[in-house]
Amino acid sequence: MTGYIVRRLLLAIPVMLGIVFVVFALVRLIPGDPCRAALGERATDEICEPYLERRGLNEPIPVQFVYYLRELLHGDLGDSYRQGRPITQLLVERLPVTLQLSLFALLFAVAVGIPLGIVSANWHNSGVDVATMIVANIGVSMPVFWLGLMLQYLFAILLKDTPLRLPPSGALQPGIIIPPLYQTYGWHVSGAGKTILDFLSNMHALNALLSHNSKGLGDALRHLILPAVALGTIPMAIIARMTRSSLLEVLGLDYIRTARSKGLAEWAVIMRHGLRNAMLPVVTIIGLQFGILLAGAVLTETIFNLSGVGRALYEAITARDYRVVEGFTLVIAVLFVAVNLIVDLSYAYLDPRVRLQ
Amino acid sequence: MTDPSDPAKVDEPLLDIRNLRTYFHTLDGVVRAVDGIDFHVNRGEVVGLVGESGCGKSVAALSVMRLIAYPGKIESGEAWFDGVDLLKLRQREMTAIRGRRMSMIFQQPTSCLNPVYNVEHQLTEVYHIHQKLRRGLARERALELLRQMGIPDPERRLRAFPHELSGGMAQRVMIAMALACDPDLLFADEPTTALDVTVQAQILDLMLTIQSNLGTAIVLITHDLGVVAEMASRIAVMYAGQIVEETDVNSLFADPRHPYTQGLLGSVPVLGQEKDELAIIPGTVPNLIDLPAGCRFAPRCRTRLDRGLGVCRQEDPPLTLVAPRHSVRCWVHQ
Amino acid sequence: MTTDHAIPPAEVAVFDEAFQRRPSSLWRDAFRHLFRKRSAIVGMVMLGLLVFVALFHTVLATHDPNIPMLDVPAEVAAGVKKRTPPCIHLLGCPEDQPQHILGTDGNLRDFYSRMVYGAQWSLIIGFTTVGFAIVLGTLGGAVAGYAGGWVDNLIMRVMDVILAFPSLILAIAIVTVLGPGLINALLAIGFVSIPVYARIVRASVLSVKEAEYVTADRALGVSYSRILFHRILPNALTPLIVAGTLGIATAILDAAALSFLGLGAQPPMAEWGSMLGAERNQVFTSPHLVFFPGIAIMLTVLSFNLLGDGLRDALDPRLNQ
Repeated sequence: MTGYIVRRLLLAIPVMLGIVFVVFALVRLIPGDPCRAALGERATDEICEPYLERRGLNEPIPVQFVYYLRELLHGDLGDSYRQGRPITQLLVERLPVTLQLSLFALLFAVAVGIPLGIVSANWHNSGVDVATMIVANIGVSMPVFWLGLMLQYLFAILLKDTPLRLPPSGALQPGIIIPPLYQTYGWHVSGAGKTILDFLSNMHALNALLSHNSKGLGDALRHLILPAVALGTIPMAIIARMTRSSLLEVLGLDYIRTARSKGLAEWAVIMRHGLRNAMLPVVTIIGLQFGILLAGAVLTETIFNLSGVGRALYEAITARDYRVVEGFTLVIAVLFVAVNLIVDLSYAYLDPRVRLQ
Repeated sequence: MTDPSDPAKVDEPLLDIRNLRTYFHTLDGVVRAVDGIDFHVNRGEVVGLVGESGCGKSVAALSVMRLIAYPGKIESGEAWFDGVDLLKLRQREMTAIRGRRMSMIFQQPTSCLNPVYNVEHQLTEVYHIHQKLRRGLARERALELLRQMGIPDPERRLRAFPHELSGGMAQRVMIAMALACDPDLLFADEPTTALDVTVQAQILDLMLTIQSNLGTAIVLITHDLGVVAEMASRIAVMYAGQIVEETDVNSLFADPRHPYTQGLLGSVPVLGQEKDELAIIPGTVPNLIDLPAGCRFAPRCRTRLDRGLGVCRQEDPPLTLVAPRHSVRCWVHQ
Repeated sequence: MTTDHAIPPAEVAVFDEAFQRRPSSLWRDAFRHLFRKRSAIVGMVMLGLLVFVALFHTVLATHDPNIPMLDVPAEVAAGVKKRTPPCIHLLGCPEDQPQHILGTDGNLRDFYSRMVYGAQWSLIIGFTTVGFAIVLGTLGGAVAGYAGGWVDNLIMRVMDVILAFPSLILAIAIVTVLGPGLINALLAIGFVSIPVYARIVRASVLSVKEAEYVTADRALGVSYSRILFHRILPNALTPLIVAGTLGIATAILDAAALSFLGLGAQPPMAEWGSMLGAERNQVFTSPHLVFFPGIAIMLTVLSFNLLGDGLRDALDPRLNQ
């Protein structure tokens, strides 16, 4: 098994390098020289000459790439021209929000999708199965931005005067403050520790939970429901379909018949023998779903006014803040690769047949 | 295992199937896989159920075990097992019987074992279900079982996963699982077909040993006449969902009456015999959806042509006794 | 038990007649399976409707989709305003008001006509992106599979890198470089989809390359191009068709997302995603302007998904029993 892990990790390295190169190349391909690309309209010749010199932008491309790699390895993603701040700082502010949203969306997708898939497969071809599959097919075909808007309309307007109403925005209610963790607990931290705590504190629901801030927690969760459901619906539908088809396929295999012939009760056959095998392909696609979630976050955050990486990416594009586009795209891609790597490795643990390769 | 010394039980058959019909309702039509068979198994005997692929022999066994799934359905019939009609039992009652009083082993042993669980887990599972044994005790029993199956180094085998086992080894594990709770009856569906010839002999030997040691009755389902000749004391030949001939093994080989049986025996090459051609039965097995009127074997039957019998294409012959303990379903022998 | 005389031909005919089976080919069985699946039929019907609307959009639309009603004297006279709700004379709208089946949008254009015109754009978007991706993907996959060695490795690593990005993110990045616009968006989405088809074709090439019937062909002296066309491409055809159909669905969704963000189709083009994006902030006051384009996108994507699923089940060789 360690051989499998090592090999998988080694394979990830060229892919990571490739990603970095692609992002690097894309930004360099933007028409106009990098100075004007990075500084936009503020660029003049006086500013640009030293700018290009200083950043080694007059050097040949391969050298520039090496410089870029060096910067990355030092954790330097450059500065946002629009905000004049290091991009890493922006990341610490924004990434937790996106991660929190994606996590909740994934939770929703798995918690609803898997049971739906099981129920469908178990009552194959019944009314429940057909209904579930219709819902799943529709779910897979919906544009996430449309679903978000419709949910907003439904819960914020149509249900405005009912207890079911939900806020249309993802941001916390003004007045509810959830201070950073170290502040709540009165820790003295600095440097990398502070960065990590800042990062965690920006996941407001987690923060409120850890700070025993029940009012904040309630508010954070209420604001998260709609975006999480909107973002998670497509993955939920995919997971439901995958669970159903995988379980159906497994239930037709020989060893299920053996399990039954041993006198196992039907539910135990499905749960212990069926699911354990059926979940393997589902676990693999959960990694891929993360990519859909990250991509969908761009759209969902825009609609629900969440200060996450997705919306920042979009705003950076329209504002032509190219270093931000570069940095955030890179981070998202690296995250995606990392999650898939983890999923692959866990697959080795789950499936004994793989372990011995 | 029921008490063999109980005189009232000894004479009754252990398993008595009457008029079993199992049909599959597919999109193309109703497949009459098992169409009215009467079949019985006595305690401790080995009975062969022989026929080509698709004749319904597997489906018959699965029906008795109540393992038939949609779109199959047991349409009618009775399966008396020790005083109880299995076909009328509720699922909960049936699961108590499966694995404990009656078990089954199948054709491709490696694919019949769950790939994500090791041997110990799957073997001891039978004990957990039926005997509620503690883990340690169950493991002991499992080890003992493996030794009885002639598996060397059983401790290591317990930790193994199915894909690490050879075909023969996997089949032994399957047999062990099936016999763990000492059942009265074992259905063996083509147990050796997927195995190498040398391993086949070992597995068959093993099954004979089990039968003599434990007194388990075995229904040996196969298309291989050589296998039944060695193992069974009584043989039923099936064709297109019906039993066409049934008798003890010696009579079947010495005096086959049904043209299909004759064809089967004639098509098996015998070492040392000189023949110019191997006899074949022309044509193929009928489509079980649109069965022809009359005897199902009639379209392929030379005897019908030789004797110019017209009734064969008109009416389905009944299974009749033509000699002591020898039944045949054929108009030629009425 | 003896075989001393052969069976007379008349009797052979009797034998044959007893077990007639209709010869079945892959395609005939596939169509049968496809038409049996209710969901596939629903998908095809919806798709047919969509194609109909796309073909006859000029006839079905009531107004020019790009002309603001302010330029139409009759509308000005009637005092048409921005984002008027749907007004259908048959359903109770007063006669003196101009009829707009779905009302007008934020730029005073007839919404219904824009919806109708949107159908063709969605179809064009779907087919061009997937077509582009299939052509390039087939090229890449075939070269990789046939050449093997470092060429194969290189091409597949490149494909891996492309797949390492969430597809929409990479598409957004590409559009950032190329500049907003429908064509650039199509190029971006197409480019991002190439690896899917490359993998399929490569797998097909690899499986056929080693197959026995190809070895037999080569032993008989069959030329490479014949092998390519008669063995490899048919093998790849079925998974390509399935992937392509489902790919059209994703392409339409992605293009709508890009247009929604303003990076794809630009106003005044009547593409559904763009229309949705323009009216996004009015969802609380004029929800119908958001609802209908979204429903249209959903139904279009659904029809391709259903069709693709149906094709996948129908063409799956394992199901031909």
